[in-house]
Amino acid sequence: MSTVLRTESLTRVLPGDVPTTLVENIDLEIARGEFVAIMGPSGSGKSSLLYLLGLLDMPTAGQVWLDDTLTTGLSEDHLAHIRLERIGFVFQFHFLLEEFSALDNVMLPMRKLARLTEEEAHDKASELLHTFGLAEQMHKRPSQMSGGQRQRVAVARALANDPQLILADEPSGSLDTHASANVRDILHDLARNQNRAVVAVTHDPTFAQAADRRIFLVDGQLQPPERAAALFEVSVRH
Amino acid sequence: MKLAASIALSHLLSRRRQTLVSLAGIGLGVAFFLAVSALMRGSEQDFMHRLVDNSAHITVYDEFRQAKPQAAELAAAHGAVEIHGVKPETEVRGIRQYKQKLDFVSRLPGLRVAPVLLGQAIFTFAGKDLGAAINGIEPDLMKNVSTIDQYFVSGSLASLHSDPDGIIIGTGLADKFRAKLGDKISVTSPTGLVRVMKIVALFRTGTASYDDGQTFIILKRAQTLLGRPNVANRFILKLDDPARAPVVAGQIERALGYKTQSWQEASEDIMNLVKIRNIIMYSVVAATLIVAAFGIYNVISTVVLEKTRDIAILKSIGFHARDIRRIFLIEGALLGLVGSVLGTGLGLALMAGLARVEVKSPFITTQAFLPIYWGWDQMALAAAFAMGSALVAAYLPARKGGRVRPVDILRGAA
Repeated sequence: MSTVLRTESLTRVLPGDVPTTLVENIDLEIARGEFVAIMGPSGSGKSSLLYLLGLLDMPTAGQVWLDDTLTTGLSEDHLAHIRLERIGFVFQFHFLLEEFSALDNVMLPMRKLARLTEEEAHDKASELLHTFGLAEQMHKRPSQMSGGQRQRVAVARALANDPQLILADEPSGSLDTHASANVRDILHDLARNQNRAVVAVTHDPTFAQAADRRIFLVDGQLQPPERAAALFEVSVRH
Repeated sequence: MKLAASIALSHLLSRRRQTLVSLAGIGLGVAFFLAVSALMRGSEQDFMHRLVDNSAHITVYDEFRQAKPQAAELAAAHGAVEIHGVKPETEVRGIRQYKQKLDFVSRLPGLRVAPVLLGQAIFTFAGKDLGAAINGIEPDLMKNVSTIDQYFVSGSLASLHSDPDGIIIGTGLADKFRAKLGDKISVTSPTGLVRVMKIVALFRTGTASYDDGQTFIILKRAQTLLGRPNVANRFILKLDDPARAPVVAGQIERALGYKTQSWQEASEDIMNLVKIRNIIMYSVVAATLIVAAFGIYNVISTVVLEKTRDIAILKSIGFHARDIRRIFLIEGALLGLVGSVLGTGLGLALMAGLARVEVKSPFITTQAFLPIYWGWDQMALAAAFAMGSALVAAYLPARKGGRVRPVDILRGAA
């Protein structure tokens, strides 16, 4: 198994009159083909960790390695380029551009990367939407679609530039059971069959159950595997 | 670029009402700028046209800029002696050997010149005496340097040829005397000579002092009447390019020594007035556009505020800060561009409307309209100013947009 993402004593402290520690000393390794769920109570730093992994936020201390590239300390523009090329994001609230159709939203990262011609980008985007059963919705705007459909468009957009790493922040958080299962299956498939690394923040045990590995954060600290297993059992029973 | 433009366009189209309001702001700004500028520059042009055309471009006088130094002054040039009671030397007035000098001036390129002997005389008709100026002219040369030919009510400058004792007077003087064309009028010169001259032509320029106070006779007659044989005391010049007048005037003055005045020098106060008027005009119209620019600033900063979520999405996908800035700058540029196009259209319509406004003056019988300047340069200026202020107005919110940190927005939304 080749490592896609590795962190070394990752720490993020929000400065202020009373500095807040979001995450502390996280050592993590995520391999290709792995579906990892990050769990933990609200405010435990799940999302903060995900933003650090996704290079949206800079750590106060520690390092993030992406495909053997040390990303810590790179310029903002450089990081933006890495995000564009190698990382796909799915957020809790689909986060699509309201004025653009599903197709245009999916094409957005490809257009920005400009590695494909307009036609190739169009074909690839419509193919992605097809695979997620959104052929009918292709030219609809986000406001004309259901929550589940929008979230699938968001997943399609995350895959636009073929990233090896997919980061999802509560991807099923605002969806009903059926749509949630659908998104979960898609993410699962991305890891299992397409050999990508998928990291999803979730507080839904059913969702987490589908993951290969579950890591638990409490107060910004990574819990050891045994404790994580126990915590997961508790969350399932609730 | 295309991508940024399509996002910019989508923002503007999704906020149609605000977009229209700011377009109207810029459009009206540009339109008023054009209308005011066209009117001001049109009237300036009209005014300058009248000024330049109706006056000589250059006048050579029979005087010197510095009075000749007197013997007494020369004798005690730097002495601590003050000499009282010295009168200026009596000198023969007039341009000496004017024919040679006229010949010299007429050889200069791009100009036409005519000699004039100007003097005063008393005119008597039907028991009434009035003083007026006598211009001794050579009609064939004069018509090249003066617009007087356009203002004849009857006859022309050439009418002087038909009768050596002919005189041309203005309608103002004719009205005072109740004289008509063909009437004989007696002219008394300062030297006491009296001649009876026949009115052969009448002119009316619309300037009362000119119509009341100027008369024209043949130069030769004027020389004998005024007792100044073979003398002229003015050269009147017209240039092909009036703007060159100061240069040519300097050249002539250096060569002849006589005071030579360009029209610019002669009407310096008026030129200053025109300058001040232009400054006032451009500050007023620039203010209009600056107000319009605030409209753009308002629209774009609202868009930035409303679209922080979109900015966060774009940045998390991998857009750079400069991509985001570009989006909002394009929005400003689009507003500026479309606003200037609409404004130019509206401005042209306003100008066309103004050009149809008739000016009725009780003193002018001919039909007159508001003078409008139609030059493209003012449209380019208006558009450039609108674009410039639109970009400046868009820059501040664009910079703010570029600085949005996606994490801040994501944390707030989660």
